[in-house]
Amino acid sequence: MAIEDDVLVIGGGLAGATAALAAADAAPDARVRLVTYKQSTLRHASGLIDILGYAPGAPEEGPLVDPFDALEDLPQGHPYERVGSEAVREALAFFDETVGDAYAGDHTDANALVPTHGGTVKPTARYPVAAADGLASDDRDALLVGFETLPDFEAPLAAAHLEAAGAPFSARGVTVPFPGIVRDDAKVTRYAHLLDHDESVATGAGETGAREALATTISERLEGESRVGFPAILGDERADAVRADLADALGVDVFEVPMGPPSLPGMRLEDLLYGALEERGVRVTSGVPVIDFETAEADAVAADGGSGDDRIDRVVVDRNGTEVPHRADQYVLATGGLVGKGVRSERERVFEPIFDCHVPHAEDRYDWFVDDAFGDHPFARFGLAPDRDLRPLDARDDPEFANLRAAGAVLGGYDFAAEKSGAGVSLATGYVAGTRAAEEGE
Amino acid sequence: MSDAEQPTDDHVPGAEEEEFEPVQVFPEAEEMDLRPGADNCYKCSTCDTNCPVAEVDDEFPGPKFQGPEQWRLKRQDDHDVDDSVMKCSNCMRCDSACPSEVPLSQMHNTARGEYVEENMDKLSREYIRNRILANYRRLAPLAAAFPRTANFVMGLSVTKWMGEKVLGITSEREFPEFATETFREWWTKRGGAKVENPDKRIAYFHGCYSNYNTPEVAKALVRVYEHLGYEIMVPDQSCSGTPMFANGMLEDARRAAETNVRELAAALEEGADIVASCSSCSMSLRQEYPELFDFEDTETVAANTWDAVEYLRVHEDLEGELEETSVDGEEFAYHAPCHSRNQGLDGQTIELMELIDGIEAHDVGDSCSGISGTYGWKEENYETSMKIGEEMFEHMDDAPAETGLTECPTCSMQMEHGTGYEIKHTLEVLEAALVGTDDADGRREAG
Ligand SMILES: Cc1cc2nc3c(=O)[nH]c(=O)nc-3n(C[C@H](O)[C@H](O)[C@H](O)COP(=O)(O)OP(=O)(O)OC[C@H]3O[C@@H](n4cnc5c(N)ncnc54)[C@H](O)[C@@H]3O)c2cc1C
Ligand code: SF4
Ligand code: SF4
Repeated sequence: MAIEDDVLVIGGGLAGATAALAAADAAPDARVRLVTYKQSTLRHASGLIDILGYAPGAPEEGPLVDPFDALEDLPQGHPYERVGSEAVREALAFFDETVGDAYAGDHTDANALVPTHGGTVKPTARYPVAAADGLASDDRDALLVGFETLPDFEAPLAAAHLEAAGAPFSARGVTVPFPGIVRDDAKVTRYAHLLDHDESVATGAGETGAREALATTISERLEGESRVGFPAILGDERADAVRADLADALGVDVFEVPMGPPSLPGMRLEDLLYGALEERGVRVTSGVPVIDFETAEADAVAADGGSGDDRIDRVVVDRNGTEVPHRADQYVLATGGLVGKGVRSERERVFEPIFDCHVPHAEDRYDWFVDDAFGDHPFARFGLAPDRDLRPLDARDDPEFANLRAAGAVLGGYDFAAEKSGAGVSLATGYVAGTRAAEEGE
Repeated sequence: MSDAEQPTDDHVPGAEEEEFEPVQVFPEAEEMDLRPGADNCYKCSTCDTNCPVAEVDDEFPGPKFQGPEQWRLKRQDDHDVDDSVMKCSNCMRCDSACPSEVPLSQMHNTARGEYVEENMDKLSREYIRNRILANYRRLAPLAAAFPRTANFVMGLSVTKWMGEKVLGITSEREFPEFATETFREWWTKRGGAKVENPDKRIAYFHGCYSNYNTPEVAKALVRVYEHLGYEIMVPDQSCSGTPMFANGMLEDARRAAETNVRELAAALEEGADIVASCSSCSMSLRQEYPELFDFEDTETVAANTWDAVEYLRVHEDLEGELEETSVDGEEFAYHAPCHSRNQGLDGQTIELMELIDGIEAHDVGDSCSGISGTYGWKEENYETSMKIGEEMFEHMDDAPAETGLTECPTCSMQMEHGTGYEIKHTLEVLEAALVGTDDADGRREAG
């Protein structure tokens, strides 16, 4: 016996979660399971949903105003080109529906400009409501607040950068102690917990709740600004209430500035997605990797791929040493890129470790890079090459397996960091792969 | 590609070309070297954001420091292990967080062992207290021989006061009650296995708690497995070692592990697979043994150990069986223990409960219960433990259920302590569904 499902998604990042949700949506009676190993890059990512911030290969042209315009001109083999721009729109609408009012930006096709912790401005398609009052296109003056114990956000520096970048408002930064925190390397979750639970903290005026203590610290420093930006640590489970309380106490709007990893907005998005998975009855198995597979002919373990008609019969999940077979009709591979470990490299080769799907790359490893450190490196685009149905293709351009699709950063043909398209590609390909898998399974 | 010979922590496809050496902690403690693992850390801090202790305790520096940074420091000069390692609760959440395969809990376990060995005064109250807590199993037989007296004495306020003042065991908690008859006594009295079956055989690792404190869980396992035609062996066994790892008592853990590996390997020879009903026990056999010890059959035992429910899901059509069952309506607030979560078993109970007509189980989310075995028993950790548990208590209160459900005995203590709910084990619900409670009553009367 094996654990049996209709659709099995491997990998629980943005792409895998979206694929599983889309599959459950497309075939409500299907049994959908998601198996994931370690935590996904969502915990590092800003929580912003970028579709396309810069045209591939032409960053000097500056941020794109309308990402959808640019989708039509993408080079062949780009994941967006594979699924088509209509699917990108559908996937984004699906995302909007899934996260409800936790995200903003769906009123327009244009990219929003969100200030980041370094004081740069990032073009993005969707942003958490917590960041909404911080947009750089808004002309209200802003006070940025940093904390002595949180070196990752230098508020005065970020404010200066924003002004230098030509933001249409004046920005000022202050650095203050965070009530209740003395450790200089306190975890972001510690800040969030203090505020979530409004723990009581010692202040000069005695013990008060952390929210009130923080508001008091800030109100003394306000100089007529009508909005205040904090690093993204304002609560986790109760982030909305924390922000609302602070805004009430200060009498001005409060927003969060997305931070580098580890990132609470990323964690909150992860919670939202996993909540949605639970609601739709998707079965989630986490903490354990898929390590192997078998094709339909039980004894023919096709480690070398095979012809396009091969079907994956089952995959093997390693439960802390015990090997547990999982069988499904359709599979989606969403194991991430070099960071998520869905694609691995050794000195001599780049490979996909579960199914050994073909990863196109130059024979000579010296051709994986270009001389300019900030140049257009081929390795940034390493990943699987899929057909329009998102089935990974082998070296002869035949599908590796009839019932395997791939989504997210495991795909090649795009450079998410340069073009700012990471979350968008994961959403679009996850949505298409999940939907097709469910439809074909029926 | 076969990874079968790969030890667990790095058991990920594509990682096999990286050398992995099992670490034998004792007797050559000074030879352990986890530097290669430390070098994998790229300081992303994902582990820190998963640590329930760092979230509520400003003084705890978090897993990244405890693990890779400390190992790196230790290599550079003659650093002692930092005493904050004793504040780690051994929940092992950081382990499954790290995207870079840093063996965090292995680092913590070895660091704790070294700290206790080299920096802790063996006559100190803390050492003695920890040793007692870690070796609860050695006291248990005594208490079990006179359960009523033990329960009475443990419940006395003067005993608790003494416990706190003299030993540093919190007086806030109720000592777990000892059963009037241990599971092993019951098993012997009933004449051992009722089913013989050379083709379907399991060796049951019951652990301490279901033997001494909750034999009803162990009996539920017996009845469910026999119902499905399994022959059950109950080999001699020692404590799984979990409380010992958590207290840095690696020498004690090694002794216990040696017995367990020997006895369980012998059962494997007889064609049995190993199943455990406690998630920390299965975690220990599967992951911590191969990480810390290299007895002859450590790997074989690890590779053939299963969670009791998981085993049935894979080897039987458990879902099919459950689909036809119904019980008188009952609602549960289910908490997945950290050590189930780490084994990919967090969704299992909910999935199965959905199939039983009349049962509703509500997942109370992914927070840690906070007690982590002996951790929450220590006076100095009690407050932290309850702060961590707060989220779970709130979610249990919010769930439309007044009975709790979990697979970990100490989580169940914490759930009960924080909410006053009665707590059951998944196996008990399966017993009710598959075998029926009327029978169960009959069995109880028959002894
Ligand atoms: C630091 C950082 C910042 C970023 N910032 C942004 C941003 O601001 N905006 C934006 O749009 N994008 C951003 N991105 C990119 C974006 O997060 C990713 O492109 C996208 O989320 C990738 O999602 P994924 O689901 O494909 O892969 P991942 O998120 O990498 O998830 C892969 C999952 O698969 C699991 N897995 C791997 N192997 C196995 C196996 N064998 N068995 C089971 N499971 C397995 C992994 O454990 C992991 O959970 C950022 C990325 C990083 C690293
Ligand atoms: S084992 Fe748990 S308590 Fe210890 S460092 Fe890791 S996450 Fe924190
Ligand atoms: S999660 Fe892993 S890589 Fe990241 S800081 Fe922790 S140990 Fe280092």
